[in-house]
Amino acid sequence: MSVAIEIPYWGQSLLRVLGGIVAVLLPAGTIVYVFLFKMMSFMQSRLGPMEAGPYGSMQLFAEVGKWMQKEDTAPAAADHRIFKMAPLIVLLSTFLLVAVVPFGPDAWLTNFETGVFYGLAVSSISVLGILVAGWSSANKYSLLGGLRAAGQLIAYELPLVLAAIGVVIQAGSMRMQDIVVAQNAGSIFGWDGVGNPYLLTQGVGFLVFMIAVQAELTQPPFDMPIAESELVSGYMTEYSGFRFLIFFIAEFATVGVFSLIASVLFLGGWGVPFAWFGWEGIDDVDNWMNVVGPLIMVNKMLVLSFLIMWVRFSFPRFREDQLQRFAWKVLIPVALANIVVTAILKVAV
Amino acid sequence: MIAQAAADSINVAQNVGFGIIAAGMIFAALCVVTTSNVVHAALWLVLVLAGVAAQYILAAAEFVAVSQVLVYVGAVMVLFLFGIMLTRAQIGPEKGLNNRGWAAGIPVAVVLLGLLSWAILDAFEDTTLPDRGPTTTSRISDDVLHPYLVPFLAISFILLAAAIGAMVLARKD
Repeated sequence: MSVAIEIPYWGQSLLRVLGGIVAVLLPAGTIVYVFLFKMMSFMQSRLGPMEAGPYGSMQLFAEVGKWMQKEDTAPAAADHRIFKMAPLIVLLSTFLLVAVVPFGPDAWLTNFETGVFYGLAVSSISVLGILVAGWSSANKYSLLGGLRAAGQLIAYELPLVLAAIGVVIQAGSMRMQDIVVAQNAGSIFGWDGVGNPYLLTQGVGFLVFMIAVQAELTQPPFDMPIAESELVSGYMTEYSGFRFLIFFIAEFATVGVFSLIASVLFLGGWGVPFAWFGWEGIDDVDNWMNVVGPLIMVNKMLVLSFLIMWVRFSFPRFREDQLQRFAWKVLIPVALANIVVTAILKVAV
Repeated sequence: MIAQAAADSINVAQNVGFGIIAAGMIFAALCVVTTSNVVHAALWLVLVLAGVAAQYILAAAEFVAVSQVLVYVGAVMVLFLFGIMLTRAQIGPEKGLNNRGWAAGIPVAVVLLGLLSWAILDAFEDTTLPDRGPTTTSRISDDVLHPYLVPFLAISFILLAAAIGAMVLARKD
């Protein structure tokens, strides 16, 4: 496949960096406005923000402006340098994470062989930021929140990795692009009308993955680390102004990025079933998929973020011991069983 | 000099990158042992370990680099910090962090440096290593599950025994 316009390497790199920034900030803004402002309000029989712009659609800018003009305060006893660094570590993890998501046959940020593994590895960097945020605030509530977050993120990291392994076994590759192609070029018992999205064969894996994502994002019902009725606001208690804003953006951007990754792993990613247009493999895919692909990804991202936010607004919080028990005694054994069954079927069939 | 190096099929950019990352790692490593706060030491150690991952990427060993991030930055350092914060989460400088026998470490480090340098220089001398592409993950897994299967299983068994031992020690009942 040849790209119609030859872009030099530096130009491509620049475009990819810009694309990465858009791919982090656009989902974050969309999720906050559509789900956090509007959907939650409708679920609670109210209208949500209505004043700023039509249907309150400019509310985001008002919020960002409000946070930006607030004073950047830090507790006197805090470890100032680390206190200021911590939100950036969390945001860095989000930016590193989006680098792995393919949006089209050529519209990828990085396309390397250990893609899935890389994504799961860099997602764990955010734990460091949360831990040191809790510690450097010099506040008992913050420290407890940071410790809870670390315990929770370590526990749910495992089912997340294990659930993705089923997909990797079935696709036979850890490259995200190969996983997309394997799903869209596949067929169900010879019928190739919808390809073979791994949602069907890896349904258990998808369920475990989405539950683990919910916990990794510390969204309710897994919001023990920022449990406002016990810990004020956990590791975020002492943050205000634009440092709080960075935590906030990172939280919702990561919802979007994890939704993107889940849609690549389980829903067929940017592709349409290749049989529709008679494509054999990635080399036959037409160039217009580089424009349509990102749009498909955004739609899948919205569906999955909707699920995450729906669960967030619907379920009461777990207790700490229930939360740990659920990870170690339910999710991890189920994910391991899924790997064993997938491996047996992969070899036998 | 650079033109000469390029003519000798030495990847100049790779060597410059190696030097920059190595300098950063040495600085971070010195900070680990000189800082007077345990959490700061742990965070400097994160930089050292991330530098190791960057060096692996320069050496075209993707899988090892990602494993380094997952295991050391994502898991081991988080456990370090977790442990430190559960026991002594003091903010600000602390006294008595240094072991009294710290000076004994210097000759050990120097001897180790000499030994490693001698071994590497003796083994490779002036040979320029061929410029290889990235090592594919499937090749690593083929190696681990075929010629190195027995050592791999032996290590897994030792790790399992260690994990069970840790659980036995941690349980009070």
